[in-house]
Amino acid sequence: MLANQIGYYSLILGLLLSVFLCGVSIKDLNSNNKQINQNVLSLSFLQLVFVIVSFLSLILSFINSDFSNETVFNNSHTTKPLFYKISGTWGNHEGSLLLWLLVLTLFIFLFLIKSKEQPKKYRILTLLFQQIIIIGFFLFVLMTSNPFNYLFPIPNEGLGLNPILQDPALAIHPPILYLGYVGTSIIFSSSLAAVTQNYISKEWSQHIKKWVLLSWIFLTIGIMLGSIWAYYELGWGGFWFWDPVENVSLMPWLTLTALLHCILVLERRATLTSWVVILSITTFTLSMCGTFLVRSGILNSVHTFANDPARGIFILIFLFILIALSLGIFFFFHKENNKDSNNFFWLSRETSILINNWFMMYFLSVVLIGTVYPIFLDVISSEKISVGPPFYQKLIAPFLIPFLLFMSVGPRLKWIKSKIENKKSLIITFIISVMLTFFIVKNLTTDLLFYTILISAAFFLFFTTLKELFIKKFNNISQTVAHFGFSLLILSILFNNILSSEIITNIKIGEKYSYDKSEIFFKKIEERKESNFNSIIAYFEIKDEKGKIIELNPEIRIYDQPVIITSEADIKTTLLEDKFLVMNLVKGNEYFNIRYQVKPFMIWIWISILLLSLGGSMSLFKKRYEK
Amino acid sequence: MKNKSSLFIIITVLSFCFVIFYKGLNNSNTYAPKIKDKKNIPIFEAKDFNSSAYLNSEKIFEEDTFYIVNIWASWCVPCRTEHPLLMELSKNQSVKLIGLNYRDNSNNAKKFINEFGNPYSQLIVDNEGTLSVEFGAYGVPETFIIDKNKKIIRKFIGPINKEIVEEIKLIIK
Amino acid sequence: MKILKIFIILFLSIGFSHLKSDEKNDVLKSKILKNIRCLICQGQSVYDSESEFASSIKLIVDRKIEEGLKEEQIYKFLREKYGDWVIYNPQLNKNTYVLWLLPLLLFLFGGAIIYKKTISKNNKI
Repeated sequence: MLANQIGYYSLILGLLLSVFLCGVSIKDLNSNNKQINQNVLSLSFLQLVFVIVSFLSLILSFINSDFSNETVFNNSHTTKPLFYKISGTWGNHEGSLLLWLLVLTLFIFLFLIKSKEQPKKYRILTLLFQQIIIIGFFLFVLMTSNPFNYLFPIPNEGLGLNPILQDPALAIHPPILYLGYVGTSIIFSSSLAAVTQNYISKEWSQHIKKWVLLSWIFLTIGIMLGSIWAYYELGWGGFWFWDPVENVSLMPWLTLTALLHCILVLERRATLTSWVVILSITTFTLSMCGTFLVRSGILNSVHTFANDPARGIFILIFLFILIALSLGIFFFFHKENNKDSNNFFWLSRETSILINNWFMMYFLSVVLIGTVYPIFLDVISSEKISVGPPFYQKLIAPFLIPFLLFMSVGPRLKWIKSKIENKKSLIITFIISVMLTFFIVKNLTTDLLFYTILISAAFFLFFTTLKELFIKKFNNISQTVAHFGFSLLILSILFNNILSSEIITNIKIGEKYSYDKSEIFFKKIEERKESNFNSIIAYFEIKDEKGKIIELNPEIRIYDQPVIITSEADIKTTLLEDKFLVMNLVKGNEYFNIRYQVKPFMIWIWISILLLSLGGSMSLFKKRYEK
Repeated sequence: MKNKSSLFIIITVLSFCFVIFYKGLNNSNTYAPKIKDKKNIPIFEAKDFNSSAYLNSEKIFEEDTFYIVNIWASWCVPCRTEHPLLMELSKNQSVKLIGLNYRDNSNNAKKFINEFGNPYSQLIVDNEGTLSVEFGAYGVPETFIIDKNKKIIRKFIGPINKEIVEEIKLIIK
Repeated sequence: MKILKIFIILFLSIGFSHLKSDEKNDVLKSKILKNIRCLICQGQSVYDSESEFASSIKLIVDRKIEEGLKEEQIYKFLREKYGDWVIYNPQLNKNTYVLWLLPLLLFLFGGAIIYKKTISKNNKI
């Protein structure tokens, strides 16, 4: 209970401190000191402390199952294991907003500490713009989503948390995702600050690149964790469903990747400045937009938060105020550069980065339009349509082909003007890729032409980057690793798609099911009682064509608060393939319905995303050594 | 200037988006398929609840009167709240009620009828839920009004209430 | 006991033998089910859902495939009953021209901008 009070008043103090901090900073802005007033730094730190205190208070309330707190009551239960009580703190709307505030305040404080060599006015303005966002979120929390609402009389027991959210991957997915997602706020604020100071320059881009990389790495890993969770928990072996909430995390990632590439240009030439600012604004806007779409109830999805139009209206207005503010500043302050430097020679690295942006914006438009179009159609003509995976696949897959090809050639171009080095080796690599692909695909699938081209393009990128790694060209190793990771990702996804097989059947205990020289044997079941669920564990033996037997133990869990029945798949992962078995009760029968899938190269999908992040991390730490 | 015109375009597009999202918030998220054209009732064969004989849809809907098709189940809680209203409607001379027992256990269904009364002139069984799909239903309870031309003219998703009963009474007059 | 096991295996093999030749049907069925929205779930396909509605739809799709209906005809059947919303692949009709064409238009627009930037009078630097 005390924790409730402390948490609540910390938030109020944080809000008041925001306003005070703005005042102090504005005064410092106009002062003649070369350095920022130390008070500004201390106040920013204090603000962070208030948010941390508030966040910890909520965690404490969850740990103690303090049901006088409405959020804890709605989302927890005494029988929940401790780890999930804690992670339940941010697994709900109100708590996740505290996480937003935490990252917002943390990042601005870190920014202030880490930017001591930057111009003073720029730093203060960044702080001010970030405070606008922070104040907005404080108001949002205190006015519509207070995590510290008081319940009286105090209930004895909570309403529990959805059991499919009780998973380790899902527990850490929000914090990591938010570090990326919310971290783009710094890029937003600092871009606006830099625009007002006419500071969009090489020096600025070298400084902001670290933040772009940091957000990008966390966002990439955050999205990966979400996919891993979906693979292990939701659906039947899928890991990406083009669900609105997934799309909403992908969109900032696309613009952030585009921005990352533009910063590379800006580091060297004072060009593309307007576009960099627009991308910075757009990235954070998309994050906010995502928050709106997911929390307002306007979209229909497996993992939307609470549906509350009142909250939706607040975020909508807040979002558009931010957009208006940022666009206003951009149009008012931004000075266009010397026109000449804005044109590039057509065969140069600058151009290939432009092409990267071109494709990224296209992919972004596909995802954005696919996600929000149903809303528009519904409002305008009261027709409801669904936009699902077929739409995204049809529009994205064909464009991946040129995209992969450009990715292979682009990095080999020199800045400003270039011939393609080693044309011969490129062509040879290309021919090898095509032949290899043709040979592989011929035996596998009917959709010959399309898959051949797409896989060839992916192999082309694969081999060109692999070659760079082998001949030890270390000057751009972070980029090579990242591009290599991307090629591996596409290849893994494609081969996984083509080679996956699935058996769905009903089977009784003791039965054997044979197919294709393999055999599934349903040995027995065991019942087990855990702290908050009963489980039926099934023992299956699967014999493959070589006679090797593996054991898989899918589970059916019956949770008690709230009463939900879930199926837990058992997955055996090897480097070569995943074997995936999930089981469901068939109503009223002694039969169980099982789905057995063999999914080749699944783990390579995760490995390749880790490689992507590794490339990013290498770039992040690179400059320090070169100093 | 290029800047001014692009600014104007952006402001227009953003205002448009704002209005759409604002309106979208107030729209309901649940999907109620509208009846645009009056659809014919599906042709089917269904098992009779009591006799287990198979009945043809033509036979079920053979009379020249209004029909109400009500999809229900004994395990469906809202079905209980609407049941008295169905009993009331069954007294109306200009309409006949057809009950579609959805994915139910026949013993439980029989107990339900015995306990709460039988408003249906005809009861058929839909054990697999496939007949409901033919009607375009996706859950329980759902209620359809069928006119004398054997077309589905109205559909209600969820339990009917007093207002709906009044509306039905006006339709079947 | 052994005889019983053999009987079970035989029975199962007979029962499921038609599945081997119907492997293509299975693939087709999965493809169709993934494209149908489960109307009582929040954002899941019928393939992913174990709900009542989903199992009814699965049965119906089974029957329609056996009757020889093609994929598009099955979608048409469901659209007639439930509206366009039930199918995940948006059709190309007057409602969705913008949906399908706008990204492509934006792509061409982006291409035009890049073309302008790179193919200029100052093609040499």
